[in-house]
Order: sequence, then structure tokens, then C-alpha cells
Amino acid sequence: MRDLWEAFTGFLRTFGALQLFLLRLIVESPRVLMRPRLVTQQIFNAGALSLVLIMVCGFFVGAVIGLQGHSNLARFGSEDILGLFSALSLMKELGPVITALLFAGRAGTALASEIGLMRTTDQLSAMEMMAIDPVIRVATPRFLGGAISMPLLTAIFTSVGILGSWVVGVPLLGVDAGAFWSQMQAGVGTADVWEGILKSIVFGLAASLIAVWEGYNAIPTAEGVGRATTRTVVITAVVILVFDFMITAMAISLG
Amino acid sequence: MNADHIVEIEDLHYARGTRPIFSGLNLNIRRGEVTAIMGPSGTGKTTLLRLITGQLVPDRGRIRVDGEWLAGLRRDGLYALRRKIGMLFQNGALLTDLSVYENVAFPLREHYELPERLIRHIVLTKLHAVGLRGAAEMLPTELSGGMARRVALARAMATDPRILIYDEPFVGLDPISMGVIVRLVRRMNDALGISSIVVSHDVQEINTVADSSYLISEGKVAASGSPDELSNAPSELVRQFMHGMADGPVPFHFPAPDYTSQLIGNGEGDDDA
Ligand SMILES: Nc1ncnc2c1ncn2[C@@H]1O[C@H](COP(=O)(O)OP(=O)(O)OP(=O)(O)O)[C@@H](O)[C@H]1O
Ligand SMILES: [Mg+2]
Repeated sequence: MRDLWEAFTGFLRTFGALQLFLLRLIVESPRVLMRPRLVTQQIFNAGALSLVLIMVCGFFVGAVIGLQGHSNLARFGSEDILGLFSALSLMKELGPVITALLFAGRAGTALASEIGLMRTTDQLSAMEMMAIDPVIRVATPRFLGGAISMPLLTAIFTSVGILGSWVVGVPLLGVDAGAFWSQMQAGVGTADVWEGILKSIVFGLAASLIAVWEGYNAIPTAEGVGRATTRTVVITAVVILVFDFMITAMAISLG
Repeated sequence: MNADHIVEIEDLHYARGTRPIFSGLNLNIRRGEVTAIMGPSGTGKTTLLRLITGQLVPDRGRIRVDGEWLAGLRRDGLYALRRKIGMLFQNGALLTDLSVYENVAFPLREHYELPERLIRHIVLTKLHAVGLRGAAEMLPTELSGGMARRVALARAMATDPRILIYDEPFVGLDPISMGVIVRLVRRMNDALGISSIVVSHDVQEINTVADSSYLISEGKVAASGSPDELSNAPSELVRQFMHGMADGPVPFHFPAPDYTSQLIGNGEGDDDA
């Protein structure tokens, strides 16, 4: 009981500290954006790290949806809406969620271990001593870089995914090409697009915040950095799936 | 307040967990001098430097640096103060994603809008002073420990600080570099009129550069004075340290359970002492 209470207050304290950290990242953002090179470099880092991975995974996820979608829709004789079916699942669910999970695994872990190692080797202290605030110089650019790349990566994942489902559906399984695209165009509404974009933005903020936070607060040992990296992936995955449910529920109740 | 003192420490108390590191330390560092801080490994010399630079906050007591009480400073004030301080970290702490050149240029680029030619001039001058102009394009991971520290020294000097703090600057240097760095510390101090704090175990080397020394042991200043005064001090403890004897008032061992019983392994010794 005492332990439970301590765990609970400990969690609240960490959560409070996390919110303060997020607040500082946001407050410092305009200043960091004035030096766009700091951010573009991080976008490039996060984006380039994940790009090929995102494209390969996007293609195969799309292809599998093409397969599954086709075989299930064929039972009702409605293969024609395969394009619409793929586009909606990719845009609203699979695109944002899988991109965020891949992002956490690739770019998030890289961020957490990089910052954690800087902590371990006193690089962050050295910056503080040079009167350079590591929250501004290290944490904020990486947070922004991650948060900006996520929607871009999601868009790429979704597009490549649709291409993948087209490859399986149209040339291989013989769905009518005209129907594939026209059903998609007619069926996808602006609300669907916005839902996907909203998710990718929220997931990007969450994944980047968690990675930067874990790295920044890593225990300064090799083991501590390892733990921070693992926690980044695990916590991000849980948070993303919970947020996904909440945003979807919200979107459905509004729509 | 004493205008002669660049750093004043009054009744400093600081503990890591339950283990006290400092208990009532008083220490003044005079402006324009090279002051040595000596003490056995693990007494808290690095901790003291972190307290002086405001990276750690004392449990009790006050610290004044260049006329300002650290406790009264907010982050802006603290950062303004740190711009006057250059610090050489015990392990160098170079930024591993930047080249040697960019490491030294880093504080210049962050703090000032300087034309590239001027930055280049400053960086190469500082690297030349530590004998590593030729290593400008190397990455920190390609340097040896001693080279990394010399680059860190060049970086600490880059912005021409008023106070230079060196944490173990002589460790891992060959005799030639050592001689050069010792003279560099002295020359920087005298030519630029700055104040220097040098932490070192190295009694011989430190005696050649320091104007005055403090010997710290068990959370307090155990002795202070000029190198000569320390060498000839009557105190048992000072003699032990200055002449490197294992037996004496300073324990060579970190606090530990009884050796014999721990070796015999009856388990009692494994508990937290
Ligand atoms: N992050 C930390 N957490 C807990 N204890 C610490 C931490 N850092 C240092 N200590 C303890 O504080 C004491 C003083 O450490 P410090 O690094 O200041 O010693 P030092 O005098 O610089 O030693 P050395 O000459 O070996 O560098 C040590 O006994 C160490 O165990
Ligand atoms: Mg030390």
C-alpha cells in the first residue's frame, strides 16, 4: 500500500516534470527556429534515418492491405472499392500509427541514446559551463526536428502504402484501375484527411518529447543510456496506441 | 566582501545522499593568482568546482564568485557569470559530433557574431598554443586522452574568460606536453591578468605553478598556504599527502567494511556500511 502510494506520487512528480520540460521546449522553440539550420539538420537526421525504412514498410503494409482487402471485399463482390478501403485504413490508422512506431524504433532510440551519451560524457555540463543552455542547443532542435519530420514521414508512408495496395490490387489481382482511383477520390473526405494529419502531428510531438526526455534524464552510465533507449520505444508505443484510440473516438463522436 | 577575492566560500555543506562531502568548508581564492586545490581522490574536488560554477547547489553555506552570491542568481544571471569562466573538465567533455576545430569554435559561434576569418584566427591560435593545430580536422573520437584534454583546454580559453578552472589538467600528459601546459597555465594567468583554479593530485607540478594551495580532506580545508609553506608544514596529514605516503591520517581506502571478514565472506560485510 505504501509502495503503491509512493509509486503513484513518484509518477505524478515525473509527469509534472515532463510537463515543465515540454513547456520549456515550447517556450524556447521560437528562439531556436530563428536559427533554422539547427532544426533542418535535425529534420534531416530524423528523416534520413527513417526514410528508407518508412518507404519499405509502407509498401508492404499497403500491399498486404491490398491482398486482405481484395480477398475480403471479393466475398461481397465489391473489389471496386479496394482503393477507397486502402486509402482510408492507411490514412486514418495504419499510416500515422505504424510510422510513429517505426519512428520511435529508429529515430527515437537514436535521439535518446545520443542525448543520453552527451549527458554521460559531460557534454551537456560542458555546454552549461560555456553558458550555452543544452535545453536550447540540444533538446529543442531535436524535439522540433522530430515533431516536424513525423507528419512528412507519415505522408510518405501513406502514399507509398497506397501505391503498394495498387500494385497488388490492380496489375496482380485485376481490380479495375479506373474504379480503384475514382472510388478513392469520391470516398475520402476532408475530415478523413484531417484526422490522419492530426494524428501524425500529435504522435510526432509525443514520440519526440519522450525520446528527448528519456535521453536528457538518462542515468549517466552505459546501462542508464541503454535503459533510456528501451524505455523510449516502450513508452512511445503505449502512448501512441492510447492517443490513437482517444483521437479516433473523438473524431467519430464529432463526425 | 573582499575585492581581492574572486571566489569566496563560507561554511559550505554538501552531501551526496547521506554521505557528507563537505562539512563546513571555508575557502577564498585570490584574484590574479593561480590557486591549487589538492586532495586525495574522491574528496570532492570536482564536486567543489561544480558548486563554484553553480552546477550543483550547496545544502548550506554560501558561495560568491566575482562579487555575486550564487544563491541569489537566476538562470540568466548564472549564465552571464559563466561566460566569464572557462572550465576544463576532468574528462575533456568535447562535443563528439564536432571536429576539433568546431569544438574550439563552438563557444565563439554560440555567443558572438564574428566573421569567419576572425573565428579561424582565434581557433588556430588557441590550438597552436596547446600544440594541436595539426589536429584541427580530426574528430574527438580519433584523439588520445591527453590530446582530448589539450583540445578541451583550447576550448576553455577560446572566449578569453576572466577565470580559468582546470580539473586535473596534467593527467595523461607526457613530460613534454606537461611542461608546455604547466607554463601555459602560468603564462595565461599572468599575461591576461586572469585568475586560475587548478585541481590536481600532482604535487610536484602544482608546486611549480601555484601561488597558493589548499589541501582538502574529509570535507574541510586541511591546510593552506604557498607551496613552500605546505611542503614544510608540521601537520602529519599534509606531510603524508605532499610526500605520498600510504599510511597516515588520510585513509587510502574509501570507507569499507572490515577487510578480513569480507574476504572470509560471512556475508556481514556485504551489507551497506
Ligand atoms: N553523481 C554522483 N552521485 C553520487 N555520488 C557521487 C556522484 N559524483 C561524485 N560522487 C561522490 O562524491 C565524492 C566526491 O567526488 P568527486 O568527483 O568530487 O571527487 P574528486 O575529488 O574530484 O576525485 P578525483 O580526484 O578522483 O577526481 C566521491 O566520493 C564520489 O563517490
Ligand atoms: Mg575529480
